[in-house]
Amino acid sequence: MELTFGTICLGSLFFLAIFLAYVIATGSASLRTYLITRLFLTIPTVWILVTLVFIIMRLIPGDPITATIKPGENPERIAELQARVGVDKPIHEQYINYIGDILTGDFGRSITVEPDRPVIDIIARRLPATLELVVPAILIMLIFGVASGAFAAKHHKGIADYSFRIAGIVFYSIPIFWMGLMLQLFFGVVLNGLLPTAKRKSGYIQFDTHTDFFLIDTLIEGNFDAFLNVVSHMILPTITLSLALIGVFIRLTRSNMIEILQEDFVTAAHARGIPENRVVYRHALRNSFIPIMTLIGLQIAVLLGGAVLTETTFSWPGMGLLLRDGIANRDYIVVQGGVTVFALIVGITSTITDIIYAFIDPRIRY
Amino acid sequence: MTTSRETILSIRNLTVTYKTRMGNLNAVDNLSLDLYKGEVLGLVGESGCGKSTLGKAIMRMILPPGQITSGEIWMDGRDLMKLNKKEMRDVRGNRIGMIFQDPMTSLNPVQRIDKHIIEAIQAHEPHVSKEEANQRAIELVERLGIGRKRLLDYPHQLSGGMRQRVMIALALALKAQVIIADEATTALDAIVEAKFLDLLRELKEEFGLTILMITHNIGIVAELADRVAVMYAGRIAELADVDTLFHAPKHPYTQGLLASVPNINMDSELYCMDGTPPNLISPPSGCRFHPRCPHVMDICREQHPPFIPQALDNGEQEVACWLYESATEQT
Repeated sequence: MELTFGTICLGSLFFLAIFLAYVIATGSASLRTYLITRLFLTIPTVWILVTLVFIIMRLIPGDPITATIKPGENPERIAELQARVGVDKPIHEQYINYIGDILTGDFGRSITVEPDRPVIDIIARRLPATLELVVPAILIMLIFGVASGAFAAKHHKGIADYSFRIAGIVFYSIPIFWMGLMLQLFFGVVLNGLLPTAKRKSGYIQFDTHTDFFLIDTLIEGNFDAFLNVVSHMILPTITLSLALIGVFIRLTRSNMIEILQEDFVTAAHARGIPENRVVYRHALRNSFIPIMTLIGLQIAVLLGGAVLTETTFSWPGMGLLLRDGIANRDYIVVQGGVTVFALIVGITSTITDIIYAFIDPRIRY
Repeated sequence: MTTSRETILSIRNLTVTYKTRMGNLNAVDNLSLDLYKGEVLGLVGESGCGKSTLGKAIMRMILPPGQITSGEIWMDGRDLMKLNKKEMRDVRGNRIGMIFQDPMTSLNPVQRIDKHIIEAIQAHEPHVSKEEANQRAIELVERLGIGRKRLLDYPHQLSGGMRQRVMIALALALKAQVIIADEATTALDAIVEAKFLDLLRELKEEFGLTILMITHNIGIVAELADRVAVMYAGRIAELADVDTLFHAPKHPYTQGLLASVPNINMDSELYCMDGTPPNLISPPSGCRFHPRCPHVMDICREQHPPFIPQALDNGEQEVACWLYESATEQT
């Protein structure tokens, strides 16, 4: 079987399903109830999200076609396009078709961005680019944000504490695109192109794409130079995106840790002679992960929004840029498809964070 | 008294200071106290008299803005105040165990009970394997009347009494010789409390424990303690064996304290001491109890009274009160 984006998606879903089946089969009764309930709750969550997308898209005056097409276009052509997109039908029929299309993976065909191309194909090529931006950004944000927050809390009221707090609020206040521009200016102009400031790879680097995850593709090809080139292109956009949200994580981890470090069980662990680092980074940190997980679930949506800005700043050909192009060219089919995919991602991530919840905190059960 | 007079822990001239915006506050003020091997020493006093601070100070767990400013704590021929971080970590848990007020919050909510015990054992005895530590944990909790299945539970799945027994198990897992129980029964209801005290008494005999029982509950002290230290405003007002203290209290504060304990056979109104405990940022001169004392004399306002041992046929009694100075001189 060929390795493509589609097979990767199916594969990860498959492993997730096996893992959940294993936990449900072996876990305690209360954990089982929680997981099954939570999995079923995903369905209404995602359904509500895609319905909202549908409603919002229909709030646009007129319909996608009349909004797209230049004034003075042949009415027959308009009617033909309307029929193709299905906007000539009554709203409830459109809704049923829309849901049915999503279930079968049919997102319609692009009108103007890439005329006549199935939107699902465009997304399959663009989504890996966005994931390659967002996933490393989340990891950087989590690892550095949580570590600095915990360190600041351990050295409460020390120099490190104040520095991280100030850094947190500064990063949080800087708009993403401005941060991106400044990094481009610094690494591209001041440091004379030390790091690439646009695109996913240099023009002269060529390799066959299989999955459209360039990191994976270059490794499949065994092209190490291309791999490094891709990594170097990822540095500035991922840093830009992660810095935008890292402040929230630093401050949240810090304030949680400070509170938890004053809890009785921390004192009790100290009194038992448990080494201090173990008390801080195991007992206390694991407890403060509960609100951090909540935040991750919520921030995924913000991060996807940030991805639109970051991709625009760095000409990163992902979903964000696709949405921007879709809006700029009034291609509502593309916009609807892209936003639906974002809604699906948010719905699925919130399920995954809730499942991780249950593993971190045994008290979280239905 | 059943206790031998071998001293296991000796506190000398200990002062713990909290630095506050209004000034420095000595929560424990130049306090000396001996703990005899195998005894239960009850430490009683009102809220804020410094009894919990004393317990934490012995473990050297006073957090800023608090600070141990002077004094020595001797155990095993070493001054705990002079130990480095690692040596002190070894004393905590291994030599001195601590049981806290609220069993509901003294266990890590996201850690299983067995993990708590295994972790504690391995923190002090790194060579012990996980299986061995687990075996010890099973024996221990079964001895304390908790089924081994409960080891796989999380703290929120246990009752308050069970959690408090887990706290004891944690102290015993490390073979601590001295246990500091800081208001250990306050959060338990009366029946659980009685069972808990019975268990503590049994374990004390079985393991030869020495217990420092910090409490404001005079009833517990009467039931369990061999000796009682009454603390007032950071200092010890009176120290006596339990019978003497309850039948012949000498210090006016102790007398007031005992008179204000409700009694079921009582027909008069409950006694209530005048005044409130002093503000320790600017404590009264001389004896700290003098503004509330019914027997106040001139000297009380000027000088702090020394410890005056009382002559007793059996047992012991020491009082920090000028009232008894002349009596000492005569004997």
